[in-house]
Amino acid sequence: MITKEIFEKLKEKFGDDIIRLDESVKDPFVVVNPQKWLEIAKYLHDDPDLYFDFLMSIAGVDYPDENLIRVVYHLWSYKHRHMLVVKVELNRENPVVDSIDSIWANANWLERETYDLFGVVFKGSRNLKRLLMPEDWEGHPMRKDYEEPKEYHGISTERENPVYLFHLVKPPEEE
Amino acid sequence: MAEYAFYTPEGEMLTVNMGPHHPSTHGVIKFVIDVDSEIIHKITPEIGFLHRAIEKIAEKVTYPGFLPYTDRVDYLAAISANVTYAMAVEKLLELEIPKRAQYLRVIAIELNRIASHLIFVGAYSMDLGAFTPFLHAIREREKTNDLFEALCGQRLTHHYIRIGGVSHDLPPGWKDRALEWLDHFEKFIDEFNRLITFNHIFVKRMANVVVIPPEMAINHGLVGPNLRASGVKWDLRKEMPYLVYPELDFEVPVGTGMMGSVGDSFDRLWVRILEMRESAKIIRQALKQMPEGEIRAKTPRVIKPAPNEVYVRTEAPRGDMGFYLVSDGSPRPYRLKIRTGSFTAMTIFEHLKEPIMIQDLVALISSLDIIAPEIDR
Amino acid sequence: MSKVEKVDITKTTHIEHTADGVIMVTNLDLAVNWARKNSLWYLLFATACCGIELMQTGGPRADLDRFGVVFRNSPRQSDFIIVAGTITYKMAERVRRLYDQLADPKYVLSMGSCSNTGGLFQHSYSVLKGVDKIVPVDVYVAGCPPRPEALTHAILKLREKVGREPYFKNYVGTRFFKFMRWIKNDN
Repeated sequence: MITKEIFEKLKEKFGDDIIRLDESVKDPFVVVNPQKWLEIAKYLHDDPDLYFDFLMSIAGVDYPDENLIRVVYHLWSYKHRHMLVVKVELNRENPVVDSIDSIWANANWLERETYDLFGVVFKGSRNLKRLLMPEDWEGHPMRKDYEEPKEYHGISTERENPVYLFHLVKPPEEE
Repeated sequence: MAEYAFYTPEGEMLTVNMGPHHPSTHGVIKFVIDVDSEIIHKITPEIGFLHRAIEKIAEKVTYPGFLPYTDRVDYLAAISANVTYAMAVEKLLELEIPKRAQYLRVIAIELNRIASHLIFVGAYSMDLGAFTPFLHAIREREKTNDLFEALCGQRLTHHYIRIGGVSHDLPPGWKDRALEWLDHFEKFIDEFNRLITFNHIFVKRMANVVVIPPEMAINHGLVGPNLRASGVKWDLRKEMPYLVYPELDFEVPVGTGMMGSVGDSFDRLWVRILEMRESAKIIRQALKQMPEGEIRAKTPRVIKPAPNEVYVRTEAPRGDMGFYLVSDGSPRPYRLKIRTGSFTAMTIFEHLKEPIMIQDLVALISSLDIIAPEIDR
Repeated sequence: MSKVEKVDITKTTHIEHTADGVIMVTNLDLAVNWARKNSLWYLLFATACCGIELMQTGGPRADLDRFGVVFRNSPRQSDFIIVAGTITYKMAERVRRLYDQLADPKYVLSMGSCSNTGGLFQHSYSVLKGVDKIVPVDVYVAGCPPRPEALTHAILKLREKVGREPYFKNYVGTRFFKFMRWIKNDN
């Protein structure tokens, strides 16, 4: 099935919770209501005509201009050989979405990664902890407005450019 | 759970920390294991020790400037990541690449696949306690490195692929050299099989060890050889062909449970050994069929794709590799997400159905062919 | 560390044939260093891409064994550590701990751009900008990743350094001389 057919099928079942279909990009996507995402995901996984048994990736994308974080799910069905891209749009200040780790077993780690790097909270997750960064790291580094700390555990995070060490060239003035 | 003659449960759990510096964890990965005498009841992997923020760097460099970083996503199979990224950008730009460049890409990918699997079989045998096969595998890998060095000047992080094609055409004499090596290599596989694959002690260490059934493999997102070892015949080169794979004739090996049951550690080794043969076959065909012509399409001086988003998948040595690329009209990617086989393969550890022994954990880690930078990126 | 002059072993070594056998008189530092520099064992500490080149250097073609350089899995058995690959902040404290566990005298060889300065990953928020921020480094090898030949050269340089060191002054100190006196009095 192509994304448009899947969208119509979902629209029939869930009505207004399926917000829109965007076909303007190369891989069209469906935007759904984050409050109902768990239900929709369960349907996508279990319905014999859809049968998305493989969760390929979960990616967060930060849009500070729109004050949104979009979480993008890439699903694939080995049986029907079709792909679906699902997006949920979350408020940047308080991003919360349903966790789907009860459906796809690998979702937990992908969600933890998104939580770690973007600060998206996955409600009902089995185990939501930082995955890649140390436990005591501050901030969510993949956000667009993230600034690197000056030091971590007493280790400086900067290295002087050797070109400027001998005072032959002056470093560019900081803006 | 299986019966162990020498095992008397003590009923007390001991939490042991394995890694991040441990010779058999393949890079810096940490496993916290709860053991009762020699049986592991719970495994909690901890990753991030090699998180190099490649995805964030992508937002700071230009589209062609990011290519060298893709080498380092999976340094054992740099070309595969190169190609996947280049294909994603080409899809954004709607660029057609010349036929000869496609063939050159396929040759490079498959040669790289052999090199990657050679490290796998070498490291696997070393983890199971045999050192000699490792030296055999490394010896062969040196020869693939020589071929790559002649092709693009680098031994490990090749940066051979460019957006729109490849960087160099075949140097004079390369074809004969490659064919000569392939003749030798096919004999080497037989030798390796005699030495280690069907070695009785080795088979005992692998057969029936940590069987992953196909449903579990799919649900956990296992891909590539790990998925095929579980009996699922799925290879993106066949199922969703890209480049010139439809013109090439090759088989997709799947796990058959030759020494035990389908999806055990032996199958994961055997699938990869068969895959090396298939790759050799592909290189031969590609060298024969390759047409003359351009090796690089014309690309704009500054690559500035219109706002769009794509998801491109290819079959890397560690399975389905996906690049989710969002562009916003600037010369830098807006967001890049790399989906790798090793990352999802790691999720299997928390969900093993049966308690396993400590040495079986080592066999499982190696047989999944996980690699730290691909997990952490 | 004080500056050490190069000592020519042929000039300082005195060999005499006597009825009891051959007597050889030489500088003790030279004799010990000769033994030490021919069996430098390194800790297998590979984090990233450089680790593969490190494996290949230990492999059949580059063959580090011929210099007596072999890998060990435990820091307790190693003379020096090859930091091969990117070090992140999460890993940094572990590297320091590994270094502390090495037995004296210990050396550090920083392999590849990442561990020298952060290299390609300078702009990353999680990568340590040079391993010399946490441990003292003896030899740096440039390259991304360095070729096996480059690593072999670095190890030869390290051997040179080990061969020139006043071992007794730096690492054994007065303990050794006290011990010698004790042996003498005992007899």
